[in-house]
Amino acid sequence: MLTLEKRPQPSRLWTYLTPVVAVILTMLAGAVLFAFLGKDPVQSIRTIFWEPLFSEFAFYYRPQLLVKGAPLVLIAIGLSLGFRAGIWNIGAEGQYIIGAICGAGVGLAFYPMEAWFIFPLMVLAGALGGWAWAMIPALLKVRFGTNEILVSLMLVYVAEQLLASMSLGLLKNPEGFGFPGSRNLQQYPSAHNAELIAGSGMHWGVVSALVAVILAYILLNRHMLGFHIRLTGEAPRAARFAGVNPARLILFCLGTAGALAGLAGLFEVSGPSGQVSIDFNVGYGFTAIIVAFLGRLHPIGILLAGGLMALTYIGGEIAQSKLGLPAAAIQVFQGMLLFFLLAVDVTTNYRIRRVTREVA
Amino acid sequence: MDFGSINPILLLASLMVAATPLLLAAIGELVVERAGVLNLGVEGMMITGAICGFAIAVNTGSPIVGLVAAAAGGAALSLLFAVLTQFALANQVASGLSLTLFGLGLSALLGQGYQGIKPPPFPRVDIPLLSDIPVLGPILFRHDIVVYFGLALVAAVWWVLKNTRAGLILRAVGENHDAAHALGYKVVRIRILAIMFGGACAGLGGAYISLIRVPQWTEGMTAGIGWIALALVVFASWKPWRVMLGAYLFGGITVLQLNLQAAGVAIPVEYLAMSPYLITILVLVIMSADKSRAPAALGRSFHASQ
Repeated sequence: MLTLEKRPQPSRLWTYLTPVVAVILTMLAGAVLFAFLGKDPVQSIRTIFWEPLFSEFAFYYRPQLLVKGAPLVLIAIGLSLGFRAGIWNIGAEGQYIIGAICGAGVGLAFYPMEAWFIFPLMVLAGALGGWAWAMIPALLKVRFGTNEILVSLMLVYVAEQLLASMSLGLLKNPEGFGFPGSRNLQQYPSAHNAELIAGSGMHWGVVSALVAVILAYILLNRHMLGFHIRLTGEAPRAARFAGVNPARLILFCLGTAGALAGLAGLFEVSGPSGQVSIDFNVGYGFTAIIVAFLGRLHPIGILLAGGLMALTYIGGEIAQSKLGLPAAAIQVFQGMLLFFLLAVDVTTNYRIRRVTREVA
Repeated sequence: MDFGSINPILLLASLMVAATPLLLAAIGELVVERAGVLNLGVEGMMITGAICGFAIAVNTGSPIVGLVAAAAGGAALSLLFAVLTQFALANQVASGLSLTLFGLGLSALLGQGYQGIKPPPFPRVDIPLLSDIPVLGPILFRHDIVVYFGLALVAAVWWVLKNTRAGLILRAVGENHDAAHALGYKVVRIRILAIMFGGACAGLGGAYISLIRVPQWTEGMTAGIGWIALALVVFASWKPWRVMLGAYLFGGITVLQLNLQAAGVAIPVEYLAMSPYLITILVLVIMSADKSRAPAALGRSFHASQ
């Protein structure tokens, strides 16, 4: 019979090893799933993980990796700060939408004026929008002790309705022949989040994601606030005695997560997506939760996990067109990843021992 | 705008129907939380139940078999959560979230090819004599059997928790798992059973939406009802009767906003559709003043060595 024995300290080896083991287990389970769907399992896995990087069309897919990875990393970095301190913001999808609406709204307000300051203003509006949306659960938690998980999630549904209302009403393209959706920001140079180097996929969102990774790393390792975040998560009682102000921490973690999610939304709406439309959001806010955990809530880990998750998105699309693999299969695949990670994670804190039961 | 088109009797009757999936999911989650486990995967279990029930009902032609399959599907998915949290001692918040993400994907995968199909109709039970009472008859006594089953389930859960030994043990596990363990109760086994009960209820609630209330299958059709059910448990201060009250309150809001949409009120449709979520937040804020009612061991992992 197997029993668990608590380790005196979390195993360093397993901390690094669990994500790798989880990915391998997910690939195996995914292969079984794909086989059940009547697809060649080896070819499916190869299509998802190999083709985007090394096939003859990789020159087209590699930039996509940055485009898909940037919002995931940006959002996940923000989420990880809160998750470390036991503050559960799961409404990043809503903050992402509001950031996009606010940013695009500011840009469209200036249309058709061309000026250098429009894009920076949009960035500011996007971050502020996401921040403000996250402040709702934050303030309610600080003031009334309301559960931030439920409030932030409810606000996703509210934001989705707001998005529908905006793309059908206030932000609708007046020259759009009655179709829903705003003007296309890609055709408005001052508001367009264009590629910095043509064909590289590198846009301002990618730059921000990298900056966010570096800043989060410094915050967590070199700054008092980062120490307080880690302390609150690992030893809440010790944190209280050390004089950590929980209200400040909640406002900071949720606010940062909201601002980063809002930024991700703004960069997406002004770049790859181009317009505010009903189906603008594609679930990055939720996938980012998986990215944050897969990256062990560590900035560098999140960067790698974001890349991997972007790979499954792109590989999934290739598998969809080439092998007819349903889009939902990729969603299941991503969900399984978190499952396996949480399951394997037990080895970080516990030793698995085989014991033979003795006769009393 | 035409308020005259809203028939109050029909409104109240459809309120009972709209409240049933919420009621089922919330009463299941209440039992789970009273055992000290926070399962945030209600939404995922509901949507999985919705497609399991739908697919089986379409294939067998029997909606009752569909409902049973939905409960089984929900319970099976919840077993994954049970393994993660009870054996691998994973964080319950993260595990619940992963259950929802996985369930949404799984249901979309299973549901391919079921879009646009009509499920077999569910028989309505007209209770003789009672259903002929004017006003009260159509509101209360002309529903399908699941509506009454939901009410009976609330009564049963209330009675078991309050008056039986099993209920006492369940509450003991939820309040202080170390003490319960010291008394010789199998904490993990009791929690797994509670989690599976919650999963079955959530699955049933999901199938009620896809088989009876809507009735058809669309991806993501539960649209946050699982999350509202979670909020309902908080609203109810973990008390069965208040879950019922809350479910009817939210059912009422949903039905009312749908009726207002149909009546063409001057408020845009999107803002009306937001209202159930906004009211959930409002209710959470009001109820969060009283934290004392939450089971003391809620959300904490149990390991016998500690």
